[in-house]
Amino acid sequence: MTCLPSTTQKKLGLVIDLDTCVGCHGCVTACKGWNTQNYGAPLSDMDPYGADPSGTFLNRVFSYEVTPEDGAAQTVHFPKSCLHCEDAPCVTVCPTGASYKREEDGIVLVDEDKCIGCGLCAWSCAYGARELDQDAGVMKKCTLCVDRIYNENLPEEDRVPACVRTCPSGARHFGDLGDPNSDVSKLVEERGGFDLMPEQGTKPVNKYLPPRLKDRLDTAPMIPVAEEPKGFLGWLDKALEKL
Amino acid sequence: MHPAPSVIIFTTLSGLGFGLLAFLGLDIPHVRGGSAFAFFVIAYGLAVGGLLASTFHLGNKKNAIYAFSQWRSSWLSREGIAAVFTLLVFAPVALGKIFLGAQMPVLGLIGSLGAVATVFTTSMIYAQMRTIPRWRQPIVPAMFLFHMLAGGALLSGESRLAGVLILVLTAIMFWMWRDGDAREAASADTMESATGLGAIGKVRMYESAHTARNYVMDEMIHRVGRKHAEKLRKITLLLIGVLPAAILLILPPMHVTALIALVLHLVGAAIGRWLFFAEARHVVGLYYGK
Repeated sequence: MTCLPSTTQKKLGLVIDLDTCVGCHGCVTACKGWNTQNYGAPLSDMDPYGADPSGTFLNRVFSYEVTPEDGAAQTVHFPKSCLHCEDAPCVTVCPTGASYKREEDGIVLVDEDKCIGCGLCAWSCAYGARELDQDAGVMKKCTLCVDRIYNENLPEEDRVPACVRTCPSGARHFGDLGDPNSDVSKLVEERGGFDLMPEQGTKPVNKYLPPRLKDRLDTAPMIPVAEEPKGFLGWLDKALEKL
Repeated sequence: MHPAPSVIIFTTLSGLGFGLLAFLGLDIPHVRGGSAFAFFVIAYGLAVGGLLASTFHLGNKKNAIYAFSQWRSSWLSREGIAAVFTLLVFAPVALGKIFLGAQMPVLGLIGSLGAVATVFTTSMIYAQMRTIPRWRQPIVPAMFLFHMLAGGALLSGESRLAGVLILVLTAIMFWMWRDGDAREAASADTMESATGLGAIGKVRMYESAHTARNYVMDEMIHRVGRKHAEKLRKITLLLIGVLPAAILLILPPMHVTALIALVLHLVGAAIGRWLFFAEARHVVGLYYGK
């Protein structure tokens, strides 16, 4: 049923640190690699070596420039994937029951054997987290690497989502956000983690940690060395003006 | 939003078809035998043709049977059930009129209500979208329902009634656009609010997450419609409403005038429906600075 569970035993999700993310896209590549070879249909690329390449990804990293009113601009890299919302509109709009939210851990998944590829769940997602695979015709989304996190064939340190395992700057954290004593919950508490688009009423499980305040160098803004050219350049300037 | 031809064809044609069925269920026009057959062929052809067109944009048609299962939460599932229910209820009604020369008033009424319910469920698929402020307003279902009723009246030859319904529809569309503009202008969402970075300063896209297009951009970020929206709205109002209503209400009712009014109305409806999708802004565009 595509009705949402009233509560989930756990709220597994990611905490993404916008301060430490360096925008390397390592998580994007690791995600594509793992999820192409495991759960569900592979993440296809269409026309990969042609003039109009496109492909399915479950995680993408945007880069923004943020300019304070009185200071230098800073770059913020912004990874974005499914937020495994508590009130996930993508689940309730699904006509077939393919989209569902798991009662045991809160992960939102797609049953590809039921998906008709209507795309309505992607319309209802404010975060652009769902992509219809153009080869398989079924909806693809982050599974929180459900086939890694419980996989006892993997060494214990690998039982986290591929994006978290690969992140070289430690900007991605995985855990139970429903447990106030978990490391991720403490991190969110400590750093003032926030929800994306709270006004959408989706109650995302994933949280974002804001960039820390930057140091401000106590120097005057740069002043031009010379407004008017002097010497040879001054002469050249005048001579060229007269031409 | 991407104005997919399959969805535009589906919503306009099936709206017309279910509109005609709604009138036939109430025995308007009073037809029996061969002419009843002709009316039901048109009504079923439009309704079923539209529904078939809607399946063209499905990525995985083989699972379509599951789409009738989630009526408790999904408007799309409810639409599927309502459509099939209505088409089934009308089968004995049609057979009775064609072969027995008899009207089944109760079943006909149930069918008419089913037709209205089908179009209402269609409209709610759009009106439920919190991600698309322009669609999430009560006037959107009203627009779909009056489209259906006006089209049904036109096809069933009720010229005067069609003229009045078309005028109401025109007013609704005008109001829907005005209200939609106001909602978009009033919505406080920006790149700053979407990224949660507004506390630091002004946000600008520095580098997109992907250099090529992707499904989300193809489907959700369509800006051509917004550029020409004003002109297209005027054309739509003229074709969908003002001209056909003038023909239907002023000229004496004749087959040829009704046909001209119908053609003008349909062209207007198709442009209006294209614009309904093309000018609708999805909030995910904020992450792309669009």
